[in-house]
Amino acid sequence: MSQTAKSQPIIQMRGVTKRFGNFAALRQIDLDIEAGEVVVLLGPSGSGKSTLIRCINLLETYDEGDVVVDGIRVEEGRALRQVREEVGMVFQAFNLFPNLTVLDNIALGPVRVRKLSWAAAREKARRLLARVGIAEQADKYPIQLSGGQQQRVGIARALAMEPRVLLFDEPTSALDPEMVGEVLDVIKGLAGSGTTMLLVTHEMGFARKVADRIVFMEAGEIKEIASPDTFFTRPESERAQAFLDAVLNH
Amino acid sequence: MDIVSTFFNIDVLVRSMPLLLEGLWRTIALGFLSIVLGLIGGLVLALGRMYAPKPIRLLVIAYVDVFRALPVLVWLVIVYYALPFVGISLSPFASAATALTMISSAYTAEIYRAGIDAIPRGQFEAGQAIGLSTFDLMRDVVLPQAIRIVIPPLTNNSINVMKDTALASVVAMPDLLKQATQAQALAANPTPLIGAAILYLILLLPLVRLVAVFERRLGRSGRR
Ligand SMILES: Nc1ncnc2c1ncn2[C@@H]1O[C@H](COP(=O)(O)OP(=O)(O)OP(=O)(O)O)[C@@H](O)[C@H]1O
Ligand SMILES: [Mg+2]
Repeated sequence: MSQTAKSQPIIQMRGVTKRFGNFAALRQIDLDIEAGEVVVLLGPSGSGKSTLIRCINLLETYDEGDVVVDGIRVEEGRALRQVREEVGMVFQAFNLFPNLTVLDNIALGPVRVRKLSWAAAREKARRLLARVGIAEQADKYPIQLSGGQQQRVGIARALAMEPRVLLFDEPTSALDPEMVGEVLDVIKGLAGSGTTMLLVTHEMGFARKVADRIVFMEAGEIKEIASPDTFFTRPESERAQAFLDAVLNH
Repeated sequence: MDIVSTFFNIDVLVRSMPLLLEGLWRTIALGFLSIVLGLIGGLVLALGRMYAPKPIRLLVIAYVDVFRALPVLVWLVIVYYALPFVGISLSPFASAATALTMISSAYTAEIYRAGIDAIPRGQFEAGQAIGLSTFDLMRDVVLPQAIRIVIPPLTNNSINVMKDTALASVVAMPDLLKQATQAQALAANPTPLIGAAILYLILLLPLVRLVAVFERRLGRSGRR
């Protein structure tokens, strides 16, 4: 998994700017993420966390700068499919395909993109379901599952493409509190498996435990990058301190 | 007693039945043809509206707006009576099929578009994120969901087209209504009109019922 290792970061963002009309949601973002790293993005609502991670697989286009994934510039065109094969995404709202069974939600990508047979892809999907702890739900439809189970399917669906990078945008924010733990456990299990992970979350305890680095954003800019211990005990910027005071004491 | 022999005269009904059935057959043929062509035409228009280059998209929008605003009867009369002046003479059947198809296409185009629009953005994003092509995304994810949404309104539209076939009697097409008025004149009795009404009901009531069934099923949301 780490052939190209330290020589080149797997994700490189250089001067990335994104505007919605006149409003700049991202301003001159520079960020490198090494292969295998787990990076947690923190910041107040509206600071541009979702926009940043959505630029990495071009669900959001950017106006200036470069996003490069594993040496490929992320842009409209032939190479985009290659980028998306390497970058998996887990959504806050799960976004499972309601017309497909749980098994086929996971198998679809491998069949259409990796050209596996349905039999092989379903076999693989079953293994992934077992890995996220819901092997027995394979033949149900998404709406028949609890939120926590649906999100675990969402994770399995992303894993089925064997991505080198996994993006998570608030994967537990839509869940009832009692289901947050089961999903975080699955994500924790993935950290350190060699897959590069970029996570947006409001679960501070989890962020501190799982992250190699914390990236703190505000108003479309990266304000601070630090190790979790440093960030949570003695953040450099006042903004980060204020943010921590707000989220930890509420 | 009088009412029965005037409006429900069995004798007259039996005698006019061959004429009515002949008209019914033409009504069904015209309606069926216009419905099928309208379903195809609408799909082409809807895809054009979503994926074609801008000039074509604007044309499609203009077409859809104009033909939803234009009364069917007006367009039918234009096709039959006005087009011959520019050298296009269509038979009554062809005129009616053309007019009904063109108008039905405008409605079905809107229905398809609404159906695809109803699929949440997150579905498209999830498909794109795993690298699906637009074609795969449409075939495997979007259209299977959109079809469930558009079936009730498409069925409703089909009912309207079938009803609008009665307007073809204006351009001298011997459809069910035309045959009934003819039979009424011959028998000097309105029973054939009642007979025609009953035949229309036999034809369309099941479809109306079907829409209700579809809608109830759709209301039970979610699966398949
Ligand atoms: N499609 C859009 N059109 C216009 N403005 C947008 C759009 N998407 C995001 N924005 C704006 O860009 C800014 C950054 O949004 P973003 O969703 O990235 O924030 P976030 O950090 O993920 O916030 P949250 O924690 O609430 O999810 C916000 O001010 C938002 O209003
Ligand atoms: Mg967000």
